[in-house]
Amino acid sequence: MSFFKKLKEKFTQQSDAVTDKFKQGLTKTRDSFTGRVNDLVARYRKVDEDFFEELEEILFQADVGYETVEQLIEELKMEVKRKNIQDPVQVQSVISEKLVDIYESKGDSNPALNIQEEGLTVILFVGVNGVGKTTTIGKLAHQLKEEGKKVILAAGDTFRAGAIEQLEVWGDRAGVEVIKQAAGSDPAAVMFDALQAAKARGADVLICDTAGRLQNKVNLMKELEKVKRVIEREVPGAPHEVLLVLDATTGQNALNQAKTFKEATNVSGIVLSKLDGTAKGGIVLAIRNELEIPVKFVGLGEKMDDLQVFDPEKYVYGLFANLIDKEPEEYSAPE
Amino acid sequence: MAFESLADRLQNTFQRIRGKGKVNEADVKEMMREVRLALLEADVNFKVVKDFVKKVSERAVGQEVLKSLSPGQQVIKVVQEELTELMGGEQSKIAVSSRPPTVIMMVGLQGAGKTTTTGKLANLLRKKYNRKPLLVAADIYRPAAIKQLETLGKQLDFPVFSLGDQVSPVEIARQAIAKAKEEHHDYVLIDTAGRLHVDEELMGELKEIQELSSPDEIFLVVDAMTGQDAVNVAQSFNEQLGLTGVVLTKLDGDTRGGAALSIRAVTKTPIKFVGMGEKMDALEPFHPERMASRILGMGDVLTLIEKAQANVDADKAKELEQKMRTMSFTFDDFLEQLGQVRSMGPLDDLLKMLPGANKMKGLNNISIDEKQIGRVEAIIKSMTSNEKEQPEIINAGRRKRIAKGSGTTIQEVNRLLKQFEDMKKMMKQMTNMQKGKKKGFKFPFM
Repeated sequence: MSFFKKLKEKFTQQSDAVTDKFKQGLTKTRDSFTGRVNDLVARYRKVDEDFFEELEEILFQADVGYETVEQLIEELKMEVKRKNIQDPVQVQSVISEKLVDIYESKGDSNPALNIQEEGLTVILFVGVNGVGKTTTIGKLAHQLKEEGKKVILAAGDTFRAGAIEQLEVWGDRAGVEVIKQAAGSDPAAVMFDALQAAKARGADVLICDTAGRLQNKVNLMKELEKVKRVIEREVPGAPHEVLLVLDATTGQNALNQAKTFKEATNVSGIVLSKLDGTAKGGIVLAIRNELEIPVKFVGLGEKMDDLQVFDPEKYVYGLFANLIDKEPEEYSAPE
Repeated sequence: MAFESLADRLQNTFQRIRGKGKVNEADVKEMMREVRLALLEADVNFKVVKDFVKKVSERAVGQEVLKSLSPGQQVIKVVQEELTELMGGEQSKIAVSSRPPTVIMMVGLQGAGKTTTTGKLANLLRKKYNRKPLLVAADIYRPAAIKQLETLGKQLDFPVFSLGDQVSPVEIARQAIAKAKEEHHDYVLIDTAGRLHVDEELMGELKEIQELSSPDEIFLVVDAMTGQDAVNVAQSFNEQLGLTGVVLTKLDGDTRGGAALSIRAVTKTPIKFVGMGEKMDALEPFHPERMASRILGMGDVLTLIEKAQANVDADKAKELEQKMRTMSFTFDDFLEQLGQVRSMGPLDDLLKMLPGANKMKGLNNISIDEKQIGRVEAIIKSMTSNEKEQPEIINAGRRKRIAKGSGTTIQEVNRLLKQFEDMKKMMKQMTNMQKGKKKGFKFPFM
């Protein structure tokens, strides 16, 4: 059975809520999925340069990034030559295999969180401004609470107006406690308080929010290092997870973000947010390829249960849906 | 993967083909590949890139480039011209309604920076145009969004109109405009909730607000880091609402900002402002030619020069030059010069504007630690006037005292003295060189 078929089957067989969510995020492209496969194949009778060029553009469109695309296309061409493939249908399965390969060949791809069986688990959230850190924390708190964990949130974004209140609303929704100080106070001090509170109250998980910061702001990155040091000092082995939230609409700059945040805080996983739009966040493939950071969750909306565990096969399927969704809307070329 | 600037890439390509004596169409094609790569790396939408490259190569294959003695540079020139043209002229005007209040709607995806930009825009309206804006909190969906705008309003001392999160945004807008008329506000800035361009229900809500308030401006707020999807977003918002302008946010990051080009190409809507920082006055007019350089990875020399001109006193510079020539440059002068450079803004930002700076390994990540400079200042300020003028008299005892006085270590004092000595030597060499060329001397730090 081709990989492609396998993927499709996986989708049709599973009817649980998780898959439904994923489907919803991809409805537009999913509706005429089969029809479009035929379209693409019909347009290309054989696998030639034009076919690859089009494929390349489709991958660009998903923000996969130049280097990863070039690498992928090179490998594909070799594969096609080696196996003497001439039918585009066959190439498709090779493409998806390669994409999943890129993802899975690099280090640990297990999306499960490193939750301690005994004692406190500390999860630190980092990222640039506006990617959805606080929202993701709210969703994750809800999820962990549902699993029976005692969760506490630390309102470490003391800078942005309304950030503390925003986390409090999420705390209310999820029914978990939020440790905070006044706006403008030292985030490291907030963390210290929260860590003490979490220990005193015997919490299972402490989730730490931080202010959004652009990765090239050195002072702010140093502040983040300090926050992490406080956590390290107070709880041996913590933070157990450092999650970088990336906006799926972000382009090549996401790679810089991942690199710099990794240097500063040793990021252990990525949350790809806002994947319910038309953006595909293909840059996570490049990030995986270069920095080996696994994606742990995807955000698919603004509701409490819109946070899903990342599944590379489903993700690649999503890219594929885009691949088959040829020629979206035309716009007039600049004069 | 450090981004190489287009100029360097083209230079490399050209070096390979230079031996041939004459540049042909195939060579131009190769150069175009580099242009394409540069644009794709900068996140310009691939379709826009395709059209753009086609246009540039037509011009390049035409007489312009082939006949030129330096085809590499000629290509850059053509590319830059076309880019700047595509990006349109500078247009940072804000509409003024003949029947106040002028209504401005802020729209965009989640997390683009609408609320922050609303605050900055209000600030700009007051500072530059002496206006009295009313801020309207119409984001009833995101938790604490209203609170965020209210906090900004309080910080900046602007009134914020809100009806909580249980009243529809359309109703909020209606009442806000009525109130603005009553209280003689000349501007109404409506901060709407972030939404996906494919969310029909919420896009419908925006249309309702639009019909009701007939805004004079609808600004799409877009994150400068947006990738290929910028095209879909901008096109959707434009089709459904008819945008009048775009605000590009978070441009103080290290993104190349190709989204600017995509959005402009697709919507033909001018980019009016750019967000350059978290402070409330960090909203600047959009400069197409600077953006063009940035997208190409060629640095932002113009802004740097502008900053230098605004902050460096020409007379003082001349005086300093004289001092360097005569080798009478002292620690006092050094301190003054440090002050001037620092007044141009955070050094990291300045460094970023230098062409090729993001290419240089190390430079990319270094940060000039502002604190370090503070220490240098402290050391110099702990010297006596005599010591500043004649650093050679600083002996071990004096070093100890200076270190103590400035709260630094003797090693740090030693390092600074050594650096200062080296710098003086370098200046001497430079002045000699410059004399030979009969050119005016330029500032060492620039």
